[in-house]
Amino acid sequence: MLLSTMSSTRKPNTAFIVGLLLTMHGFFVVPVMVARAPLERTMGLVQKIFYFHVPCAWLLMLSTFVCAAGSLAYLFRGSERGDRLALCSAELGVLFGLCVMVTGPLWARAAWGAFWTWDVRLTSSLLLWLMLIGYGLARRYGGAGGRRLAAAMALFAAADVPLVYLSVNIWRGLHPTTKVVSSLAPGMRTPFFFSLAIFSALWGGLLALRMRVEHSQARLVELALAVDDLEGKSS
Amino acid sequence: MARPSWIAQAARIAWKDLHIEGRSREVVYTMGFMAALVVLVFSFAFISGREVTVGPDVIAGILWVAVLFSGTVALSRTFDRERESEAIRSLLLSPVPRSAIYAGKLAATAAIMLLVELLLTPLLAALFSAAIGPHALWLGLLLFLGTIGFCAVGVIFSAALLRARSRDALLGALLFPIVIPVLLAASRATATLLDPAIPDLDPAFFWTRFLAALDVVFVVVGLWSFEPVVIGE
Amino acid sequence: MSERALRLMNVGKTFGRHRALVDVSLAFLPGQVAAVLGPNGAGKSTLLGLLSTLSQPSQGRITIGDEQLSRHSSLRATIGYVGHEPGVYGDLSAWHNLRLFASLYGIANAERRIDEMLARVGLQGVRREAAARTFSRGMLQRLALARALLHEPEILLFDEPGSALDPAGATWLAGELQRERAAGRLVVLVTHDLAAAAAVATHLVVLRRGRVARDETRASFSADDVRAIYEEATRGKA
Repeated sequence: MLLSTMSSTRKPNTAFIVGLLLTMHGFFVVPVMVARAPLERTMGLVQKIFYFHVPCAWLLMLSTFVCAAGSLAYLFRGSERGDRLALCSAELGVLFGLCVMVTGPLWARAAWGAFWTWDVRLTSSLLLWLMLIGYGLARRYGGAGGRRLAAAMALFAAADVPLVYLSVNIWRGLHPTTKVVSSLAPGMRTPFFFSLAIFSALWGGLLALRMRVEHSQARLVELALAVDDLEGKSS
Repeated sequence: MARPSWIAQAARIAWKDLHIEGRSREVVYTMGFMAALVVLVFSFAFISGREVTVGPDVIAGILWVAVLFSGTVALSRTFDRERESEAIRSLLLSPVPRSAIYAGKLAATAAIMLLVELLLTPLLAALFSAAIGPHALWLGLLLFLGTIGFCAVGVIFSAALLRARSRDALLGALLFPIVIPVLLAASRATATLLDPAIPDLDPAFFWTRFLAALDVVFVVVGLWSFEPVVIGE
Repeated sequence: MSERALRLMNVGKTFGRHRALVDVSLAFLPGQVAAVLGPNGAGKSTLLGLLSTLSQPSQGRITIGDEQLSRHSSLRATIGYVGHEPGVYGDLSAWHNLRLFASLYGIANAERRIDEMLARVGLQGVRREAAARTFSRGMLQRLALARALLHEPEILLFDEPGSALDPAGATWLAGELQRERAAGRLVVLVTHDLAAAAAVATHLVVLRRGRVARDETRASFSADDVRAIYEEATRGKA
């Protein structure tokens, strides 16, 4: 059967163009907002790394959940699209996780003098990051059942998120608070939310692009099979 | 044909594994030996030699690291026997629900690990003069809960890696990040219980409850995901 | 004994880039012994994997009677499978292996049935405590058959069962297949051995590159018939 159930590549539509323009606008505007944001009293300029660090950490967590959702669809309904979603979001998670692991220690060094202080959020993020790296390893080296193993990992990882967060907090003798955002000085909230928005847009855009690549690849395989089919019939 | 209950089937499968292990005792010996060696390795690595008394934190840590590392031996062996003559296929072909197979495997592997742990803990206590007496039952409970949490995830991974060449390399690497909360909870609770100076057992209560909740989460995810992971494409 | 037909309808199975089966439609009827032949890579083992519910079709469906086969179906209890590997626990004895499977299948009067099966396959003399690991290949295959027949399945699947047997073992196996045919069971036999197929088959299927190249039913096939059909179906570019 030459006809495929998969959709062919979509032409960019209005929503996409609008989104693209907004994002470009954001890339110009947000750094200015961040630069103009008030300096934090004790840490000064260094604190501004927070505008990058925190969104990346949240996106790491989001990636984990999206990966688990895709894995759920793949394991229980055989959804290939779910599997692609899981792969792409895991990759993004590793990427944004890398950003967290670079910006976090930089901030720690500048603020407290040591690269690693076993800060609860950073430690929890590290564990999540390692799980997503494990996801990638499982896919590549897990043999024939690699994809399913990775999917199971993603499920456990997502279930683990609250447990990791809670246990690391209690381990360090702190009770979890959300003081990060609510304790922000007013002048900082706006740039922070805009920064979060632009990073999320980046995440979403990268995800869409990556999904498109995977989708095209799958479509290519399907077409190759159809060609094989034709050749088979004619021989 | 009267179909036996889910529990009966899970128990039957666990019994099969324990029966086989009982005859050869292979896993108990190799895991036990490895656990003892891990304890020794850590002792030489962490203890300065001039000062040989160790705090409860270190003792608890050594115990649980030994359990985790030697536990991967038990986990990889648990599916080795199934793979041997493709017995796993006969098992999967039978009308037994796959979740019952998971539960049976989990129970058997945990039981074997527990046996080794129950021998390891007094050994550790003797080596470091740790006071396990006052809270022996509680410690036993912690060993039980920690082992279940570890095996709940480990059985799935071991099953998925059944035919992978890189199984031994990957099993630990993939398992450990996910079971860190188990390690954390178990070792913190154990350290609290071993500390003769701490009158306040609240942390131990907290971590024990935490472990129990964690076990529930992991076992539920495991029961659900075993079938799709093991039944191929 | 078997009442229901085993049907494949437009079944396809794809592994990534590789199409193992394409648009396979077959009907296996009770009382038949169907031999599935084909060159290496034709998809025979894949087909059997699908029939044994351990694998799911990428397209199409498989039914036994009116019920569709799926990952969860209780239809597994109606299927018996003998593969290259015996599918038994090497550490357990023949008797304990069968005891295990009897309890997993919920068989009543297990002890009697086990003794019956062991006698049926000629293993009644084996020491009760001897681990299956110590058995010869032929003995293991006998045990495998006992395991497969234990729960009185409607359908028997064989995946190249004679591949590692010596001539005596192969003769014994042929006899068993005859016996099952006489008993009215539905048997699907995947094999490379054309002569073995000819000895028992009443339904011949030749697969080639994932498709059904020939599908013929006769009261019996001679060895020459089978060879002729096979060669004709697999002629041309591989």
